[in-house]
Amino acid sequence: MKQELKQTKFGKYGGQFVPEVLMPAIEELTEQYEKYKDDPVFNEELDYYLRDFAGRPSPLYFAKHLSKEYGVKIYLKREDLVHGGAHKLNNTLGQALLTKYMGKKRIIAETGAGQHGTACAMAGAAFGISTEVYMGARDTVRQRMNVYRMELMGTKVIQVKSGSQTLKDAINEAMRDWAANVETTHYMIGSVVGPHPYPMMVRDFQSVIGKEVRTQIMEKEGRFPDSIVACTGGGSNAMGIFYPFIEDDVDLFAVEAGGSGMKVTEKEALHSATLCTGEEGILHGMHTMVLQNKYGQILESSSIAAGLDYAGVGPELAYLADTGRIKPRNSMDSEALDAFHDLCRLEGIIPALESSHALAYVKKAASSGELGEIVVINISGRGDKDLETVMGMKK
Amino acid sequence: MKISDKFNELKKKKEGALIAYICAGDPTPEATKEYVTALVRGGADIIELGLPFSDPTADGPTIQAGIERALNGGMTPDIYFKLIGSLKVHIPLVVMTYYNLIFKRGLEKFVKDCVSFGISGIIVPDLSAEESGELAGLCKQYDVDLIFLVAPTTTESRMKRILAEGTGFVYLVARLGVTGARKDVAASTRELVERVKTRTPKAVGFGISNGKQTSEIIRTGADGVIVGSAFVDIIASGKDVPGRLEALARELKDGIRSANK
Repeated sequence: MKQELKQTKFGKYGGQFVPEVLMPAIEELTEQYEKYKDDPVFNEELDYYLRDFAGRPSPLYFAKHLSKEYGVKIYLKREDLVHGGAHKLNNTLGQALLTKYMGKKRIIAETGAGQHGTACAMAGAAFGISTEVYMGARDTVRQRMNVYRMELMGTKVIQVKSGSQTLKDAINEAMRDWAANVETTHYMIGSVVGPHPYPMMVRDFQSVIGKEVRTQIMEKEGRFPDSIVACTGGGSNAMGIFYPFIEDDVDLFAVEAGGSGMKVTEKEALHSATLCTGEEGILHGMHTMVLQNKYGQILESSSIAAGLDYAGVGPELAYLADTGRIKPRNSMDSEALDAFHDLCRLEGIIPALESSHALAYVKKAASSGELGEIVVINISGRGDKDLETVMGMKK
Repeated sequence: MKISDKFNELKKKKEGALIAYICAGDPTPEATKEYVTALVRGGADIIELGLPFSDPTADGPTIQAGIERALNGGMTPDIYFKLIGSLKVHIPLVVMTYYNLIFKRGLEKFVKDCVSFGISGIIVPDLSAEESGELAGLCKQYDVDLIFLVAPTTTESRMKRILAEGTGFVYLVARLGVTGARKDVAASTRELVERVKTRTPKAVGFGISNGKQTSEIIRTGADGVIVGSAFVDIIASGKDVPGRLEALARELKDGIRSANK
């Protein structure tokens, strides 16, 4: 079931649906990634940064109180303890190092809530590469602390004032920049989305999560878990923890954002449950599942968790859902909030609202027996960034 | 009218082609009818009518704004084809849109609709040659041109592949980046025109907005010039739109004629 890099697709999904101006850059990136991905020197340097800069390996923690409350044995993969407070840095360190090996002088990226942008800023600073991050003007206001964080680390944050002034417009602007500056610039995509090779490359950089779990759970339980549960927007933390287990007898649950309900209009969806409810389409360079209307116009998605709020999903997840290897599920905003409070109160861990969707699904499904006896939940990030949202939800 | 017939006709007159782009439905379908007529009166030889997509990543801010106005005006693929069918023009019409709208309608249905409503060619900026096999096959089957872009960064091996796949005309991207009117014409244009070795007509686009530039472009050896953002800018202003579209088309066409191929 594992895919070779030379192949650009996962079954029918994936591919390279990009303007011709970008194709040479995509070809170069594919070639360079193939060259370095198994290179011992490259990997040694990456391991060094993952260990001494990012603080890996992240712990696998037995959540005693939560296990008792939910009625299933729960281990938490603590990506919230990675430098920066989320799994995002695993990928940006890998891509920044690749940028250095490719001899490019500049990194650009887009960010929505600012998590990927912050991870780019950290990696850019660590490798001394000039970094510019595009962010919708509305998002820069909503997430001004993240803007400041990026700026502190030497990253230039470019406000995008076109269109809806959010993530979608930031992606458009970053693509334009890349098209104009392909020769000097690497475009750092933050999830397992976009044209090939990004979905594979980002998955490979994030796979460090699952690889660690394999060792850690063997030490603690002497066997693999029955199931692994991860939240899924674009799907990078999910692919990162799933992929090393893809050929094992472990059930993999991808939990999407159910938002405030499954309602969909001509222009928007009240959720971001792309795998659960989407249809095949082509968006952001890839053939995948997307939220769209009957004409193929992309819908505005919705979620309490900005990191899950995406109308597409990684093509490999679409493929694995089709083959039945992963099980797409969803949690509503309100369920995620409940689970957020459970983990804070019972374990003294404040999870990201994204990760809270995975917790919420375990809470719902544990009693059905669907998850088996031992569950690993990926706590993809910490929730400090979400405190204002949570405070706003308290009546 | 077929695109090749138009280029042959112009060749006899020793003239380059003016290819004008506007977004269909910007700001309303009715307005588009009027604007197309104005562009033809001004001298447009081929008209590219954008079918608006919600996430136009290959377009610059000017055209993106036009696309948003069209979507807000209620433009859909169904209305689009109806509009095309109602246009009374005797020049080739080309649809420019993103792949998801074609995919969602069904590739074969989309190509058939092009034939029955009077579209001669299809441009899909986010469809790379690598992914174009199925659509190219259908276009061949139904005798619709599939037009590809080449850029200054396009490698020789890709160039061969693209030139082998494309028909109608080759869309040369004059400079790196996405659509949007700029002040001067890049020196890389001449180089690119020389690099593209094909018998298919070559049309240069991106960043062209006045008659001086169209004249320069035709002198580089190109067979046509594509102008979009400059027209969309006029539509955005909302002032005396048909008159100014016609005047700009005339200026651009005069520039082309002055180059005297």
